[in-house]
Amino acid sequence: MRMRRGVGPVRAAVFFLVLAVAPTFGLAHWLLTMLVFTLMFAVMASAWNLLGGFTGYPSLGHVAFFGIGAYAVVLWFQHHDISSGYEPFLLLPAIGLGVALVGLPIAAIAMRTRADVFAIVTITLLFVGQTLAFNLRDITGGAQGASIVPAPFPADSYEIPFYDALVVLLAVSMGLTWATMRSKVGLSLAAVRMDEDKAAGIGVRVQTVKLLAFCVSVGLTAMIGGIWAYYEGFIYPQFAFDPLISVAMVLMTFLGGRATLWGPVLGAFILELAQQYFAYSLGGSRFYLIAYALVFLVVILVMPRGILPSVRDRLWRRGRRRIVDAQLPAGDGPL
Amino acid sequence: MVQGVILGVLTAGVYALMASGQTLIFGIMRVVNMAQGAMVILGAYLSYQLFTSFGVDPFLAIPATTAVMFTVGVAVQLIFLRPLHQDDRTQLSVLVTFAVALLLEGVMSVLWSTSDRSINTGYVNASWTVLGYQISLVRLWAFLLSLVALGLLHVLLRRTRFGRAVRASVQNPESARLLGVDADRIAAIGFGLGAATAAAAGSVYGLLYPFNSGSHYDLISQLLSIVVLGGLGSIGGAVVGSLVISVSTAVVASAFSPIWAPMTFFVVLLSVLLIRPRGLFGTAARGAL
Repeated sequence: MRMRRGVGPVRAAVFFLVLAVAPTFGLAHWLLTMLVFTLMFAVMASAWNLLGGFTGYPSLGHVAFFGIGAYAVVLWFQHHDISSGYEPFLLLPAIGLGVALVGLPIAAIAMRTRADVFAIVTITLLFVGQTLAFNLRDITGGAQGASIVPAPFPADSYEIPFYDALVVLLAVSMGLTWATMRSKVGLSLAAVRMDEDKAAGIGVRVQTVKLLAFCVSVGLTAMIGGIWAYYEGFIYPQFAFDPLISVAMVLMTFLGGRATLWGPVLGAFILELAQQYFAYSLGGSRFYLIAYALVFLVVILVMPRGILPSVRDRLWRRGRRRIVDAQLPAGDGPL
Repeated sequence: MVQGVILGVLTAGVYALMASGQTLIFGIMRVVNMAQGAMVILGAYLSYQLFTSFGVDPFLAIPATTAVMFTVGVAVQLIFLRPLHQDDRTQLSVLVTFAVALLLEGVMSVLWSTSDRSINTGYVNASWTVLGYQISLVRLWAFLLSLVALGLLHVLLRRTRFGRAVRASVQNPESARLLGVDADRIAAIGFGLGAATAAAAGSVYGLLYPFNSGSHYDLISQLLSIVVLGGLGSIGGAVVGSLVISVSTAVVASAFSPIWAPMTFFVVLLSVLLIRPRGLFGTAARGAL
């Protein structure tokens, strides 16, 4: 809003340029692996933000769709041969679209409820997904897990195709967010967040925009699930439907700032790297869960609105004080 | 079939106890407590520890575990929930209590590791046979205990000054505050009470099922289904909700297969939401306990 014209696109261009050329500098494997996971979470947080951030419907069950996407890729290639290593990536848009369609009736039921109950209904979705994955043994392999033909990429650049696909998806989801923020859809979503009944009363098509946000959001999440399954090569129900993934999307968005373009991405880079660090340094013990929960609590208690909105507020207040100081004689200011 | 119904009704008592705490917390503060399951498991671990170290019977340990968990509940409310801003408290509280659940899970898995524990008293497998149907003694005692605890909760809410203040703040928080009800105090004690019911239920849960630090995920999904089914904030609804869900689960388990029993929850829940988005006993306005 108060940004000078042109700063936004330049910032985005620099960010994606750095992301795109980073692997050509021959980064170490562990660093690339970390980046792959960070990008996965950046896309998912950004997708979650489209629904949870803009409409204020806090879904805790997004990982259900992540899991569906993961199983979709694995099951498809159990019955079809892979002709080239890139084929699973080409399947992703179809998976995203399919899951978005699956999400439509689910959203229509779940969104009959408001914020708090919605959170509960979506979390039961997660457990439905997990139970199904465990119990439909003929299809999913149950607790034994399911595997996919290993990706035929050379070992020394194994991560690169996944990395590139994730950068593209991040661009897509941030592009969608940007387009939403500048359009009537974004305004409608904000109206839903602030007062859904009033918004409906003055003719905002609340139902349409809510469902749209839900479907786009879960479609993107499912595509990440597909990439994850292909990257791992072997999936188990408890990891494909891990409640912590759901929580991570939410937390990253809250940390960076809800309903902002860069907030979820910033949150993902901070939290995922922090989590990898905790898991590495606190290792085998479960202390990392405690550390993670404490970070979670501190974030929400200290910055309930997220980093970007808090920082922006502070900058704005400072800027305004300077203007006021210049205009008014000392001691007379309203501030 | 009848066997399934008997089992379902007996199990329902324990779930009703857990869910009544959950719904009480929601009624008073509009807080969806995602940590209720973790608190139940913590209660189970506490009575496990008392039993293995000191030989205290889980049923006799309940006064001690409820007292401890009451303190934990009050502390959680004071430290984590009170600082939240009023305007988006409901949304944030879901996240905060989820974080508390993770914190408790982490603490429990560090203290007791992640392997399954169970409390094996001498009478765990004893049962009576009535008219050809088996009635497990532990489940019967658990059921009676839950009835007593729910009765105490009822008396507390209906017959005491504190209970009147709680009901007043559930119905109309602003007026209650104007009439001199200390909302923060009520909220703190209310959360403590919710945690105490979790502890009581936890002691029994530990007798009925093996548990580990991750068990709270299963538990919370079932509890949430129950309270949403019954209508958030209604204790009567919580009791009916646990009856419906626990009986239908037990019947599906005995008639079809135990594998599909957990799914029954969600099918029942989704179909009720399709017809009545506010649950069986939920009201459009703020509820009455």
